[in-house]
Amino acid sequence: MAAFHFELVSPEKHLFSGDVESVVAPGADGQFTVLKDHAPVMTTLKAGVVTVAGGDGKVEKLFVRGGFADVNASGFTILAEQAIPLADIDVAKVDADIQDAREDIADATSDEARLAASDKLAQLQELRAAIGG
Amino acid sequence: MPSLKDLRNRISSVKATQKITKAMQMVAAAKLRRAQSAAEAARPYAERMDSVLANLAAGVTAGGPPLLAGNGKDDTHLLIVATAERGLCGAFNSSIVRLAREHITRLQDQGKTVKILCVGKKGFEQLRRQYERNIIELIELRGVKQIGFNNADEIGKKIIRMFEDGGFDVATLFFSRFKSVIAQIPTQQQIIPAQIPSNENAPAVEGPQASYEYEPGQDEILSTLLPRNISVQVFRALLENAASEQGARMSAMDNATRNAGDMIKKQTTIYNRSRQAMITKELIEIISGAEAL
Repeated sequence: MAAFHFELVSPEKHLFSGDVESVVAPGADGQFTVLKDHAPVMTTLKAGVVTVAGGDGKVEKLFVRGGFADVNASGFTILAEQAIPLADIDVAKVDADIQDAREDIADATSDEARLAASDKLAQLQELRAAIGG
Repeated sequence: MPSLKDLRNRISSVKATQKITKAMQMVAAAKLRRAQSAAEAARPYAERMDSVLANLAAGVTAGGPPLLAGNGKDDTHLLIVATAERGLCGAFNSSIVRLAREHITRLQDQGKTVKILCVGKKGFEQLRRQYERNIIELIELRGVKQIGFNNADEIGKKIIRMFEDGGFDVATLFFSRFKSVIAQIPTQQQIIPAQIPSNENAPAVEGPQASYEYEPGQDEILSTLLPRNISVQVFRALLENAASEQGARMSAMDNATRNAGDMIKKQTTIYNRSRQAMITKELIEIISGAEAL
């Protein structure tokens, strides 16, 4: 299978750059797979897992929380709001964080704090769902 | 004529100061490295964002959303002045404030309303004297060790909310661009309406660009991308600022250490000379006393 250039960047980090064979990304209107010579597409992403299949049969999975995907002739670029390799995520810690966030909501004294805490909870739950299990 | 004890005290106090400035310089050097790598890590994203935005904006015909085209007015200006939380970093804060002040004077001469949003306490302290009434808010990032995208996003969202409520028409960001350890360039950048980077600087994209497919739709994408772009610009400014601050502090403290060294040398010479003089004087007294016998 032919390879194309793929890049995954988040505001804080350059997470992935290299030639790959296929990328599955969680588009706003559903998952889509990009192979070489894909038609130019620009789309927003929702939270989910990006699966990158490299040329040597290696598969890498990364969790992204929203962002943009830009497919053009020179390759495929994802601008993620936040991205974490799935391998780096500690399930137990996420569960603990969810618990913390729930308590934060219960303890919140101001509307603003409550909103921030429930935002955080929603994010964590997305993440938890993405890991599965 | 200071006594020997005075001189000794003076030397030891300068030595203590020198130790502090030396330590601060080393701390700044360590922090600089971290800040610099953070600024570099953020660069690819901002560059990509620029090129995506340029691609998109090229396809927009007539107007577009207010964040891109402006709201047609030019009466109220918001100045976002990003400075450091701490002093002792040379002219870093002052030079940003000076640039902002020049801009304010220019705008006020044209009869425009000026609003100021301060990020960082030092800029606030300097601007407060003159423009107390114009400052609408101070955002402190004192407790923040490493600036994350969340911090910038918060500020970005605040700015956009204000824009949508009609709080201002044009927003300009003031910060210091990090060029090297010895050179930081105070910079102003208009973020609302967005200034679309010309495609020349963006990574070259070959092939037909007109046949882009947009999902969900071009307008929806643009309307999520533009607010995000504001946050990204703020983020970039904050990171550049953080690196510049440490660079400025490092060279300021290097200077201070060197000055302290010079002063110690000078004071030591004076100390030795007056000690010699005293000994000579005592000897003369003894000898002339002995001769008188």
